[in-house]
Amino acid sequence: MDFLLTEEQKAIKEAAREFAEKEFPKYAEECDREEKFPFELWKKAAELGFIGMYIPEEYGGQGLGILDFCLVVEEFWRVDAGLGMILSTTFGSEMIMLFGTEKQKKKYLPPLARGEKICCACFTEPQAGSDIAAVRTRAVKDGDEYVINGTKMFITNGSIADYYIVLARTNPNPPKRHEGLSVFIVEKGTPGLEARKLTNKLGIRASDTAEVVFKDVRVPEENLIGKEGDGFRQAMEFFNLTRIHVAFQAVGLAQGAFELALEYAKNREVFEKKLVDFQMTREKLAKMRTEIEAARLLAIQAALVADKTGSPDPGLTAMAKYYAAKIAQRVVYEAQQLYGGYGFMGDQAISRMYRDVRILEIYEGTREIELEVIARSILGRVPSRLKILRRHPLM
Amino acid sequence: MLVKHAASTEAEIRIGTDGKSLDTRGLEFEINDWDRYAVEEALRIKEAHGGEVVVVGVGIDCDPTLRKCLAMGADRAIKVPIDTGMDPYLTAKAIKEAIKGEKFDLILAGVMSQDLNYSLVGVLLAAMLDLPFATAVTSVKIEDGKVRVLRELEGGYQEEDVLPLPCLLTVQSGINEPRYVSIMGIKRARTKELREVKVTLGEPTLVVERIYHPPIKKAEMLEGDAPKIVDQLIEILKSRGLI
Ligand SMILES: Cc1cc2nc3c(=O)[nH]c(=O)nc-3n(C[C@H](O)[C@H](O)[C@H](O)COP(=O)(O)OP(=O)(O)OC[C@H]3O[C@@H](n4cnc5c(N)ncnc54)[C@H](O)[C@@H]3O)c2cc1C
Repeated sequence: MDFLLTEEQKAIKEAAREFAEKEFPKYAEECDREEKFPFELWKKAAELGFIGMYIPEEYGGQGLGILDFCLVVEEFWRVDAGLGMILSTTFGSEMIMLFGTEKQKKKYLPPLARGEKICCACFTEPQAGSDIAAVRTRAVKDGDEYVINGTKMFITNGSIADYYIVLARTNPNPPKRHEGLSVFIVEKGTPGLEARKLTNKLGIRASDTAEVVFKDVRVPEENLIGKEGDGFRQAMEFFNLTRIHVAFQAVGLAQGAFELALEYAKNREVFEKKLVDFQMTREKLAKMRTEIEAARLLAIQAALVADKTGSPDPGLTAMAKYYAAKIAQRVVYEAQQLYGGYGFMGDQAISRMYRDVRILEIYEGTREIELEVIARSILGRVPSRLKILRRHPLM
Repeated sequence: MLVKHAASTEAEIRIGTDGKSLDTRGLEFEINDWDRYAVEEALRIKEAHGGEVVVVGVGIDCDPTLRKCLAMGADRAIKVPIDTGMDPYLTAKAIKEAIKGEKFDLILAGVMSQDLNYSLVGVLLAAMLDLPFATAVTSVKIEDGKVRVLRELEGGYQEEDVLPLPCLLTVQSGINEPRYVSIMGIKRARTKELREVKVTLGEPTLVVERIYHPPIKKAEMLEGDAPKIVDQLIEILKSRGLI
């Protein structure tokens, strides 16, 4: 894997590793137990330039690539998933980067990159998750303003955000159901905007998740991001990018669980031998490690394609996210199994990982949705390198 | 600033097939831990008093560690692309040659390297350059043309010394809290100079004849009833000077 990274990328990965290894253990247990967002840690990470690294320099970011940022994601998640979510304080900024006006970029991106403001992306609604074309939140033009009404569900950073990127319906009767959607930016404090923190999550409990309600929220028309009616397409392009991050979240978490399990198996004695000396354990470890490496390579491929061509490949991205999230489930499950009863007790990091890992197959496209995108890519319904262009000679 | 790209202490050491060298395949290398503190100390001195921090590394593959120091804030780096193996004298000589023509007020090094633990390169270099030196330094204060240091002694004692500049100090770990490498630092390091300096050295001064794993000493079981065991235990502790 090393040969795929530049010297600078290796340095970035090492810097992220050192930071996560030294800082995260101070917060991991408490933030999980108390469902607390680690503001202090987020600020420290921002001072070191880890937040919003992919934001161009002219907008206050580091101007680095997708893979550069993803290496940090992997290292942070390797130590703790919930705390790794501090990197998602810029979640939503991609929409501004991809489709925003110069003015929007200048206004919103620098404070996000500096770690002064937090962003959130509001797509999901109580009755519209995987099927985001079903959103009912309405944005109605009124003079030079839009009036937004609706409820958004499960919004990461919802109750701590300063900027809300919102997908809403501008045309209630479009020719096709995925048409007539648009994206807006709403600032914290706008009258009618309310967020309620959702508690008692299974995992990534250091990350804030909220229900966000818009009641006659008025925004100036300059807060439209991209084109009116283009919201669905913009959202798809947004996810093509952010799903790469999730693939690396999965690789990092799997790697962390694997390392814990390996160390445990080396030390745990059963039947007068080390656990690691049993053939059955060795097969487990060998498979886990192989799958992690395969997932890592898929994730790196998705990131490199995006970096080198300037746009992510939907099929390769979905594949990386699907596969990495899937093997993370398996790896964490087996890692916890190796811990035996100790892995079932709440004070072990592995039991936290067991709870954290589930989110990876749910948000930013469930496992099923990723598979659907992969299938559509193979069949040529979305543009992807996965489409087979030549006919097999025996056909 | 002397820095070593050293094998990680968590690495499992394997002996080479010739029985005289270490098999470095599969080892992870990183900045020598003592040097991390020394770099931080150098950067703090620079931040307080001005000047330039130049890092010097010996080794064919030492670039990542030199780059790390540049990312932490060092101004430029000198790399001596040779492998001096386990020979600290040769390493010190290589550095001496490489920094000919450099003007300096202070040379900082770590007390020792985490892989070989000789604690020699710094002091050998001081001798070669005919510089005053202090080892195991736990505090550095720059005063007018002088430096006031605390040295760590056995048993929790400390010694205060004043050395004239220029001089050489070997820095103890824990003297400060080394800063993290920032992404901005990594980007700034892109344009900083990393210069290779070729030097010719004489014969090695140290010839390794054999490397082997020490025979494993088995634990000693104390037998008898409790009072007898306690007596034996006290004898053992006394004979080792532990009580
Ligand atoms: C912690 C957390 C954070 C989140 N953060 C955000 C956020 O920041 N912003 C945001 O907008 N959303 C966020 N979400 C929402 C998340 O993206 C949705 O939960 C997800 O897209 C699934 O939607 P849903 O919950 O409505 O499930 P549904 O879409 O109702 O899916 C239920 C089940 O049906 C399956 N399914 C759906 N369609 C198909 C199909 N065509 N074929 C086969 N199976 C199908 C799904 O895969 C799933 O297994 C977050 C969720 C959580 C839990």
